[in-house]
Amino acid sequence: MRAYIIRRVALMVPTLFLVTVLVFCVIRLIPGDVIDLMVAERSDMAGMGTTMDADYIRHLLGLDVPIHIQYGRWLGVIQTPDAEGNLSFNGIFQGNLGSSLWMDRTVIDELGDRLPVSLELGAMSLMVALLFALPIGTYSAIRQDTIGDYIGRTIAVLAISVPAFWLATLLFVYPSIYLGWTPPVEYIPIAENPGANLVQFIIPAVLLGMLISGTTMRMTRTMMLEVLRQDYIRTAWSKGLRERIVVVRHALRNALIPVVSMIGLLLPILIGGTVVIEQIFALPGIGRLMLTSIQMRDYPMLSGVNVLTASFVLICNLVVDLTYAWLDPRVQYR
Amino acid sequence: MDETIREVALVAEGVRKQRPMLIDVFVRLVREKPLGLVGGVIVLLLIITAIFADVITPYTPTEQSLADRLEPPSATHLLGTDNLGRDLLSRIIYGARISITVGLAGSALCTLVATLIGLISGFAGGKTDIIIQRFVDAWMCFPPLFIFLTVMAVVGQGLWQVIFVLGIARGIGQSRVLRGAVFGIKENVYVEAARAVGASTTRTLLRHILPNIMAPVLTIFAVSSGYLILGEATLSFLGYGIPPPTPSWGGMLSGAGRRFMQQAPWLALWPGLALCIVVYGMNMLGDAIRDLLDPRLRGGLGRYSGVEKRRAKQRARLPQRS
Repeated sequence: MRAYIIRRVALMVPTLFLVTVLVFCVIRLIPGDVIDLMVAERSDMAGMGTTMDADYIRHLLGLDVPIHIQYGRWLGVIQTPDAEGNLSFNGIFQGNLGSSLWMDRTVIDELGDRLPVSLELGAMSLMVALLFALPIGTYSAIRQDTIGDYIGRTIAVLAISVPAFWLATLLFVYPSIYLGWTPPVEYIPIAENPGANLVQFIIPAVLLGMLISGTTMRMTRTMMLEVLRQDYIRTAWSKGLRERIVVVRHALRNALIPVVSMIGLLLPILIGGTVVIEQIFALPGIGRLMLTSIQMRDYPMLSGVNVLTASFVLICNLVVDLTYAWLDPRVQYR
Repeated sequence: MDETIREVALVAEGVRKQRPMLIDVFVRLVREKPLGLVGGVIVLLLIITAIFADVITPYTPTEQSLADRLEPPSATHLLGTDNLGRDLLSRIIYGARISITVGLAGSALCTLVATLIGLISGFAGGKTDIIIQRFVDAWMCFPPLFIFLTVMAVVGQGLWQVIFVLGIARGIGQSRVLRGAVFGIKENVYVEAARAVGASTTRTLLRHILPNIMAPVLTIFAVSSGYLILGEATLSFLGYGIPPPTPSWGGMLSGAGRRFMQQAPWLALWPGLALCIVVYGMNMLGDAIRDLLDPRLRGGLGRYSGVEKRRAKQRARLPQRS
């Protein structure tokens, strides 16, 4: 087991390295120079004709050196000069993702503020998804090819097919016409009013949960069907056990192992889904930060968001794999 | 000896009588998969609508008439008009063209990319495989929507850009499935035999490996369309997909029209409904095709609900031993 863990962690290193390279290169390919935007903005702000020189801004942001030097500085393996010209290592290895080009904040601080919102949304969505997916998926499997199964499968495919942004749009339009009610879009921090905060998250969480409940439901059904054909299930039946015991204790427990690992693989979709939902419900999470960063060409922020989520997904996958090996004694870890 | 030969001949004849894969899948779809058939009909209707959009639509999709703006559904405008007085039904019908193009072209590109990467990585094995797989790993760490948005920001908006980005992005992820399949096929004796008689790598790949992974290849194509159509709609909704005035269903739900939805709720209803029906049909059809092509999911070894349930009932009817 220890060798397996070490090998898995070692494999993560090149992957993480490639993640940073991909992020860094792709983001710098985005056309529309941030400098032009900034020069326009600054000259507006200064008003008195003290326009800032584009080259000076470029130097200030460290965009005046070749891209591989920029990458090295960002990673923290090449020294970065500060305002006084002192050289120091100041990059990811030092726990610094740089500062936003627009807001007077470091990327880490901003991510720290946004992360809890997205995590809360993600966790609630996951709970909603499981709450629907497990019972319906199991029922579908034990009543295969009956009306109930067809209904369950139709629900599952609908959950995948109905776009969350459309349902959200409908929620903003129709209740306001007929009931005079609109979903709240004023964000209430959990520290201020925990109750109102949770209520506010319910609708977005249900919509986002739907997105992954369909896949989970189908996976549960497929796995249950496979397990239910095993010999030990026949043994359980022939022992005369009640259906509930056979299904829940013998079948479901074994069927859930791959389901758990699949939920780990669904995490990127869940995080990606927050972009749309946070945008519609005006929740200040990672997803919205991502969208505004793209609009504003905020390279450090965009890189930060991408590196953070990618590492998060990578670590979750590792945890899932290890749990899998630990849960299922049949898995050989070499 | 003679009997063995006869048996072999019989088996060979049986093999020859087998229908080609696509026809076989179609016949079994009609016979065994009612939900998949429904999906197939929806997809067929969509394709017909898209092809004959010019003929069916009462108006052109970009024709503005400010006198008729925000009109509710009526006999002249069956689904009503939008904030610029454009006929919604016509826009939805032309939107079908966009969606089907994205769905089919995107899936084709996705399948092509997945097949190429899967074949190379799986067949080469060793160091090549390890290096390619680290790239795939890194790629799959990113939430799909993050990749879509970032790359769309690089390549700019437009129909072909969307197809390009969505197809390649999904293809890279899906290549995993094919790499696994190639690994399984590669070890077969006939591949070794082909190598032994001096078949080139290209020939081995195209004549011996590719035909044997056609089932997963087709599955990837079938299950990707719905996903890609939804992806296009989401991107257009967020303003990074197909720019207006092109009638994309996702784009119709966002932008300037959004301000008028309280006034004209049908603006919010129709594009989403069309999207749901089409993606639903695509997914149903894709699922059915995957089930038919995946030998692991074929029935056979006792269906739980059929056999075991009946047995359970019979057991319940037996007098209990005290």
